[in-house]
Amino acid sequence: MSGRRRPALLVLIHLSAALLAALSLAVTLWTGLEERGVALAFGVLVAVGELARWTGARVREAAPLGAAGAMAYALLGADGGQPTHHGAFQVVAVVLAASLLGSVPHIARGQGPARDQMARRVLTVGFTAVCFQPLYNRGTFAEWGTAYALLLLALLTLTALCDAVLAAALAHSRTRWPFGPLLRDELRALLGIGSAVCATGAVMALAVAVVGLWAVPVFSLPLLLTQLSFKRYAAVRATNRQTIASLARATEIAGYTPAGHARRVASLSRAVGRDLGLSAPELTVLEYAALMHDIGQLSLVDPVPAGATAALPAPEQRRIALLGGAVVRQTGVDPSVAVVVERQADPWPEQPVAARIVRAVNAYEEKARDAGPGGPLTALEELRWATAGQYAPEVVEALARVLTRDCLTLAVVG
Amino acid sequence: MEAVPARARAYVACVAGGALICLAPLPDVRTPWWPVLLLAVLYAGCEQAAARWRFAGTFYPVLLAGAFLLPPPAAALVALPGALLSPVDQRPRRLRRVWRAAQLVVGVWVAARVHWALGGRDAVAAPDFPFALLPAGAAVLAFCLVLSLLDGGILALATGATPTPFGQWGSAPLRRAWRGLFPRTLAPVAVHGLAGLMMAVLWRSPYGPVAALLVLLPMCVSWWVFAQYHRERAAHQATIRALVQAVDIKDEYTRGHSERVGQASMMIARELGMDEGRVEVLRFAGILHDVGKLGVPTRLLRKDGPLTPQERRVIELHPEYGHEMVRGISFLGEARAAVLHHHERIDGSGYPYGLVGSQIPESARVVAVADAFDAMTSTRSYSRARPVPVAVEELRRCAGTHFDPRMVEAFVRALGRHGWHPAVTADEPLPPRPRTGVSSRPGVPR
Repeated sequence: MSGRRRPALLVLIHLSAALLAALSLAVTLWTGLEERGVALAFGVLVAVGELARWTGARVREAAPLGAAGAMAYALLGADGGQPTHHGAFQVVAVVLAASLLGSVPHIARGQGPARDQMARRVLTVGFTAVCFQPLYNRGTFAEWGTAYALLLLALLTLTALCDAVLAAALAHSRTRWPFGPLLRDELRALLGIGSAVCATGAVMALAVAVVGLWAVPVFSLPLLLTQLSFKRYAAVRATNRQTIASLARATEIAGYTPAGHARRVASLSRAVGRDLGLSAPELTVLEYAALMHDIGQLSLVDPVPAGATAALPAPEQRRIALLGGAVVRQTGVDPSVAVVVERQADPWPEQPVAARIVRAVNAYEEKARDAGPGGPLTALEELRWATAGQYAPEVVEALARVLTRDCLTLAVVG
Repeated sequence: MEAVPARARAYVACVAGGALICLAPLPDVRTPWWPVLLLAVLYAGCEQAAARWRFAGTFYPVLLAGAFLLPPPAAALVALPGALLSPVDQRPRRLRRVWRAAQLVVGVWVAARVHWALGGRDAVAAPDFPFALLPAGAAVLAFCLVLSLLDGGILALATGATPTPFGQWGSAPLRRAWRGLFPRTLAPVAVHGLAGLMMAVLWRSPYGPVAALLVLLPMCVSWWVFAQYHRERAAHQATIRALVQAVDIKDEYTRGHSERVGQASMMIARELGMDEGRVEVLRFAGILHDVGKLGVPTRLLRKDGPLTPQERRVIELHPEYGHEMVRGISFLGEARAAVLHHHERIDGSGYPYGLVGSQIPESARVVAVADAFDAMTSTRSYSRARPVPVAVEELRRCAGTHFDPRMVEAFVRALGRHGWHPAVTADEPLPPRPRTGVSSRPGVPR
């Protein structure tokens, strides 16, 4: 792909979001707000959801309550049995204003929502509202009953799919990672909190239609709890990752491997895995395995010189790999991590993909690190020559691509 | 399998009898069978799904929606098939299933009765908000009260023989069995109650049962996340344990030492009146204090007899190695300082920095006492274990020179109150460790 198209896509998305936002604000200012009470209630909900946005942990939906509130407002037909009259532009304007208002404290702390997130929010809400509100206000859905509920659900599913495509496109144009796996990860994430957000949006719209605005606080509570447990889940995941990284450094402290080796192999493996199109869970397994790939050396009495296992005879490498697998099994991480660690020294046709990646990247890192300016090129050349038996060709090629992209430097990790 | 006491069996039989009485008027009331069937299937499905994906807890929204929608006997019937069919891990399976079903039937019946009596049915059908929240709240309260009363009863009668919806286990005296149950049950059930109320309202609305089913989706996701959280937390604890076991690989003599120091540190922290979060951090500090021994050559750690000054200097590097390892783990907080400074002494003669008095972090002073105590009371390569009173006397003698007297006194008080029962959990599930090249020695009898 050309280097120019990607920013163009990014600019296009941002520009259309900005246009829609400006148009909505202008129209709403011109015509004034319909049903101020309802608009205020949903505005408050979105703003509170935005306030409760979690910062720090990288998650797909950082402000689920805000997203669900925005969806519900876009799909709101009646309020306590009385039809409402707000149009699509008012929906976008209210959601945008509330989101901006709710992110003021975050912006003050320098952690405001990225422009990507805002653009996504505006575009998805605009899409839903444009699909729904004009038809509703014309009275098309009167007396639909159960079909009405199903219609809302279908609309939300469609919106969620569009949002996933949008998110994948944004991530693709920012990171240059392949679009397919990104989209797959986004779609998979839809099953988690994405479905909760959609269902809450639909239910809230229906419930407000039946019982009025009382439904808003009653229904925000479960989602707020979901958000809290997601937050705790993300936090404990992050701690677990830190702990595993520290465990991985045990070999460095013990003098078996050079400082930073495990981290460098892990980040480079992740990049290669992404290039090969692994999914997010597979990438996590790969990263953990790469972090702990040398841990078997702890069981050795005498350190391997400079920790360079790639230079050892094959049976010795395999023995250390098995020892490492035994240690990893005790750590309580996904058992597939232990499998990857165990099989990192097998001939590549028998290995799982993650083990192939760890093996090739580890060998590259060991060969390249002390070899001076020309080291990376020479190391890569050596890997290519050895491809026949030891390193999987497609992994070596992916490694070469990743390295070319990063201008042949080792990925620097803090 | 433990035998279930006869009184517990009798108790279960009584509750089951009560459940049958609740269900008895079914033929006399006008029961809307379709909703009952749909809700019962839904509940059974949820229970099966929960068992398959190992979720924690019971899924109440469907049951509570039934209680808000149906006459009491019919609402109670909704719980029956799901509870009877739900998979049970531990034996005796039949007794557990009967107990679970009877308990839920009684609980749902009471909730539905309360809701009915307060006029909740009309409020749901109208729908009349916010009035509908009142009977629903009362019903949730009653439901919770019944569940925790019944649970407390079975806990007290059959200590540890029967599961409860919230996984309460272990022996518990009667008062303690009831004290914690109710408040802990109330919060989740209240949220489930709100979802149940929404389900009931939407069920009666023109949008019908389909809209009501949508309510379950966010609840399921919330539930799933909660289960994930617990799984990840368990994994995290295993990782910490693995850090410790990595030390054990090198230094077999100190097996269990880390866990015991963690326990002693926890006792001191509790005695000093620290809050639970800090107590937990200090437990980790105790567990991880020697993690830096990973950086010390194995031969040195296992050496019999006196060390040369040079070897001693190498071993004395371990606090710094340990700190280097754990400094990236942010949740450990002040435990990291404890790892670095646990060999400092009050009079400044310790290492690595020779800090004096209050310069030494509080966490490090706690761990120092715990470490010394366990070193004295367990067998080492260079000395035999000493009895607890001798070790205490030694701690007292060194208070003010080596140790902070406040920590020593707190520890002595805690020992006097609880005694010293080191329970080592870290090394029970040790899979056979491949050992290579190192001359292995007979380990200390555990």
